[in-house]
Amino acid sequence: MKYVEEFRDGQMAKTLAAKIAAEVRSDRRYHIMEFCGGHTHAIFRYGVQDLLPPGVRLIHGPGCPVCVLPIGRIDNAVELAGKKGVILCTYGDLLRVPGSNGMSLLRAKADGADVRMVYSTLDALRIAADNPERQVIFFAIGFETTTPPTAIAIKEAKARKLANFSVFCNHVLTPAAIVNILESPEVRKLGTIALDAFLGPAHVSAVIGSRPFEFFAEEYQRPVVIAGFEPLDVMQSVLMLIRQLNDGRAEVENEYTRVVTREGNVKAQALVAEVFELRSSFEWRGLGQVPYSALKIKAEFADFDAEGRFPVSPSQGKENKACECGAILRGVKKPTDCKIFGTVCTPETPMGSCMVSSEGACAAYYTFGRFRETQTDRAAS
Amino acid sequence: MSQAKRPYVRPLDFKTRKVDMTHGSGGRAMAQLIEELFERAFDNPLLSQRNDQAVFDIPKGRMAMTTDGFVISPLFFPGGNIGSLAVHGTVNDVAMAGAQPLYLSSGFIIEEGFPLADLKRIVESMAEAARAAGVAIVTGDTKVVEKGSADGLFITTTGVGIVPEGVSVSANNARPGDRILVSGSMGDHGVAIMSTRENLTFETEIQSDCASLNGLVARMVAAVPGIHVLRDPTRGGLAAVLNEIALQSGVGINIRETDIPIRPEVHGACELLGLDPLYVANEGKLVAFCAAADADRLLEAMREDPLGREAAIIGEVVEDARRFVQMETTLGGGRIVDWLAGEQLPRIC
Repeated sequence: MKYVEEFRDGQMAKTLAAKIAAEVRSDRRYHIMEFCGGHTHAIFRYGVQDLLPPGVRLIHGPGCPVCVLPIGRIDNAVELAGKKGVILCTYGDLLRVPGSNGMSLLRAKADGADVRMVYSTLDALRIAADNPERQVIFFAIGFETTTPPTAIAIKEAKARKLANFSVFCNHVLTPAAIVNILESPEVRKLGTIALDAFLGPAHVSAVIGSRPFEFFAEEYQRPVVIAGFEPLDVMQSVLMLIRQLNDGRAEVENEYTRVVTREGNVKAQALVAEVFELRSSFEWRGLGQVPYSALKIKAEFADFDAEGRFPVSPSQGKENKACECGAILRGVKKPTDCKIFGTVCTPETPMGSCMVSSEGACAAYYTFGRFRETQTDRAAS
Repeated sequence: MSQAKRPYVRPLDFKTRKVDMTHGSGGRAMAQLIEELFERAFDNPLLSQRNDQAVFDIPKGRMAMTTDGFVISPLFFPGGNIGSLAVHGTVNDVAMAGAQPLYLSSGFIIEEGFPLADLKRIVESMAEAARAAGVAIVTGDTKVVEKGSADGLFITTTGVGIVPEGVSVSANNARPGDRILVSGSMGDHGVAIMSTRENLTFETEIQSDCASLNGLVARMVAAVPGIHVLRDPTRGGLAAVLNEIALQSGVGINIRETDIPIRPEVHGACELLGLDPLYVANEGKLVAFCAAADADRLLEAMREDPLGREAAIIGEVVEDARRFVQMETTLGGGRIVDWLAGEQLPRIC
């Protein structure tokens, strides 16, 4: 397929792999965090690690919107879905995420709740228009990429006076999460997590631009390369990061120039600013409360805010005690360090959110990469 | 389709009427529906005897038998409908034993209020599919349920066929060293269906690959009677079938992504929807395993058939106690092609 296959070409991958191997220094290791779940997926889907030298370690970051959603918010959504007359619409990945006591939206659906999977916010609007006697709630999640479509839906609902449409807003922000990771004691003080450089987000950067990342590169002295989601994008970006680290540079470079500019999508940014404002704090699974890391709907659009329209009981959310999603999301542990990985917790019966989405580190590792683990197990035994 | 005109006997109004409860009650209305629709369309002496069963002679040898329920939504899709699918699906399941399918039965569960015009269209395409496959629909059943108790129309078909002497095809026959072949492009049917789902409106030229494969199988069995495994990768796509075979035969499977035929349109639709074409359903394709020495001969025989023109060798069987299906990606890396977990859901980012 044009403009896609070119970025998955095996010959090109060999050339890049040779370049990377030639530039990697033998006296050091390279710890690179890919923030985005999109990168995690591509890395596992195409087996990118097989083409990188052993000294290059990819650490899977928290950029999977499904994975970082705290259990309490899933509980809230299940509660909303169970209210009389409500149709809860959401993106497909969320349906299987377990909340407290193993309850999920998929199970709520089986119990009789009207939960519908949609591909876009406009589908949710259409469902609202088609069912004027029902309350349609869109369960909105995602980083800066999925925020503009939610803003459009809210504006559209207001313009069309769709009184039965509202949004349960869980949009979160990438830069705040990266700062949180870099400020964590494991990285900053203890140095127990080696984190040398970042593969910057692709689609998020298409919206916010590459400029917001200049601050970390400068302040934390970590190079950032904005990378596309195709496997060759990832390899080219790894090469660029290795070169920066070898040169002792810490800059923001943009590999994904076919989509990302320094300023980003100014129109989308304006749209988001019109509808949303910062929450002073929001809970992230794995990271805990992160200040100014999420968005809420502005008072001007309060009529379309499900949190205002429906009373929802506060939920602490009970995590499965053995689940290591939190540590995995911070890069402290690998999926295989978790005791329940691949035993109690599998994609069929996920205990933690990282095992649900194909962008989650555990699911990607289990689904695409577990042959590597058993290979090393065998070699070790 | 041309049908012999019958004398005028106040026929059913297939243009405007809908199925009502009397059409399944065992009374005159039901008899009329059976006569004017099913018998006329399926048109064979065994069915016309109007017994509660079909009685026929069987040739010597072993028989293959299968049954399948069809609950597809939507009922009509580019390249076919639930009727043609109900014939192809069961014919193919019989054929995957290396057998020549002979007879089908068909059970209809119809929701009250279902348009007779739609039912006629569906039954006629069943008849057409059966004729093309050379099988007869020799017995059947019609039930009507109250509105809300079914989703329009469900069809169950059962099929029987004869396994030629010397043929022993089974999913536990794969052996290390075997070559793996597919008969054509993967994922066409699933994408054609998805394109018509109400919440996924996208335009595509892709038609379902829905077809009876018994002709192709006959050719293959004639060329290589010792075929080890045949399977049609329907629900769960190629990935599910390969995992089933690996498990049943206790082997590992290695495939090469670059060798798997996938249409650019299917690739494109899957990219947009965040799906993996290896998990998307097919209804007119098969996967075959045979000894390495037979592979080229089998490939040649497949390519001679109109339904196997794009056949390809995509990998081989290896020894692996973990029974993994592994794939060399287009990039040159490795990955597992795992069982599908839950439903295949689109990615959101």
